[in-house]
Amino acid sequence: MNGSLYSARRVRNGVISVMSVSATAIGLAGLAMILGVLLWQGFSGLSVSVFTEMTPPPGAAGGLLNAIVGSLIMTGLAVAIGTPIGILAGTYMAEYGRHAKLTVVVRFINDILLSAPSIVVGLFIYEIMVRPMSHFSGISGAVVLAVLVVPVMVRTTEDMLKLVPDTLREAAASIGLPRSLMIRQVAYRAARAGIVTGVLLAVARVSGETAPLLFTALNNQFYSTNLNAPMSSLPAVIFQFALSPYKDWQSLAWTGALIITLAVLALSITARSLTATRKLQ
Amino acid sequence: MNIASPASATTQVANAPGSRAGLRDKIAIRNLDFFYGDNRALKSVTLPLYANKATAFIGPSGCGKSTLLRVLNRMYDLYPGQRATGQVIFDGQNLLDASVDLNLLRARIGMVFQKPTPFPMTIYENIAFGIRLYEKLPKSEIEGRVEQALRRAALWEEVKDKLNANGLSLSGGQQQRLCIARTVAVRPEVILFDEPCSALDPISTAKIEELIDELKADYTITIVTHNMQQAARVSEYTAFMYLGELVEFDETNKIFTSPNDRRTQDYITGRFG
Repeated sequence: MNGSLYSARRVRNGVISVMSVSATAIGLAGLAMILGVLLWQGFSGLSVSVFTEMTPPPGAAGGLLNAIVGSLIMTGLAVAIGTPIGILAGTYMAEYGRHAKLTVVVRFINDILLSAPSIVVGLFIYEIMVRPMSHFSGISGAVVLAVLVVPVMVRTTEDMLKLVPDTLREAAASIGLPRSLMIRQVAYRAARAGIVTGVLLAVARVSGETAPLLFTALNNQFYSTNLNAPMSSLPAVIFQFALSPYKDWQSLAWTGALIITLAVLALSITARSLTATRKLQ
Repeated sequence: MNIASPASATTQVANAPGSRAGLRDKIAIRNLDFFYGDNRALKSVTLPLYANKATAFIGPSGCGKSTLLRVLNRMYDLYPGQRATGQVIFDGQNLLDASVDLNLLRARIGMVFQKPTPFPMTIYENIAFGIRLYEKLPKSEIEGRVEQALRRAALWEEVKDKLNANGLSLSGGQQQRLCIARTVAVRPEVILFDEPCSALDPISTAKIEELIDELKADYTITIVTHNMQQAARVSEYTAFMYLGELVEFDETNKIFTSPNDRRTQDYITGRFG
């Protein structure tokens, strides 16, 4: 054994370990500071009126009800539009078209869409929906979010279905199960937790989107559930209020940020625990 | 149904190895070749599978025995680039024909796999599911059929109080018997076993072997096994395969005591494989 070689390796190992740990610490510290400030600033403004009153003019009391409702409507609609498309496409790629060239092409394009800047998607929907309609609208906001949901769902559906072992497919075929029934009754069941996780992650992804909404739903300082009119949303209100010079607006922006963060955190935890139970089975 | 009814079932294989009087061919394999892409995995295999008998396929790894089994229910059709040529006559029809309805074929030729593969649903549903596919029955009758299938697979006593538990919660041996029950519940005519005990402990293995022995009364059994003692215990006929060829097919007794071919003898005495 060569002692000097070994001790040099030990030194290198020590140096790299210290560097790794400090890198982790820096990352975590940033995260902790963001969450700390958010909690500190957000909680102070948190009250019942946040959930019951409209966004106020500067200097008046108010809440975020219109923004919360707008976000819920557009996110809900986006998931309702995007999830079936994503699941069907993912199912094609993992089941029917597993060996098809089309699948390779679709997967490649989907990966591009998955990492496309959301502002580009926002501009696209602005061109094809907002300009022809000549006004901003809640429905175009929902569509732009749906376009962001689709690639997430395509990816998770395909990945989760690919995790279903082929032996299970063969077993289903071996009792004379047609492929369509095998997918619906066996593969979806085996992949259910993963696909639900995908939906939750998609919601988490789009619920914080701001830029594409500024091109589509814009904002609305009044309560509105009209999909054909501009619609408020938490990210847009945060954007507007945080940039304003008014203290009470800034405080509401912090509270809105806290609400989104907590909602996304809850979704992520639910997603994690669902995946965990799936692995236990 | 694209496959002829059982009435026209008697098909004799002329000059087939081991062809015997008094035995009915359930399936007759003639000049079967199989290709994975360009790789020829089966070379002109000709072989009868007798009705209500158990036939074992033995041979070293890669000899084509599992491939041969997977031709019999066209399982290879799930994958591109795999094809079979030749004839596999099942009740008077070549089941390699493109016109054969694969779902109906597989309902008649069931399969039990190497690893237990219960569906991700309750024990009851695992079995009722297959029954409902092809028969519209009242609930009470389905319950009867489920019980019957579980009894047939010697599992009823162990699971009768937890039929609503997930099939995946059972032990490996129980899962494999659940899969046998699931296969039996569809009422196939032939059951293919692909190394059904290779993932099981000795006690579970003994149970499954006992089960296979009982199933012979009603079904034609084909079993691929790595375990020669197992082949000797459960089968009446044995086919020894080597490098994609059928080397020898005969009564199990004969194969294990006085095989004709040198390679068979070398294999069963453990000189290779």
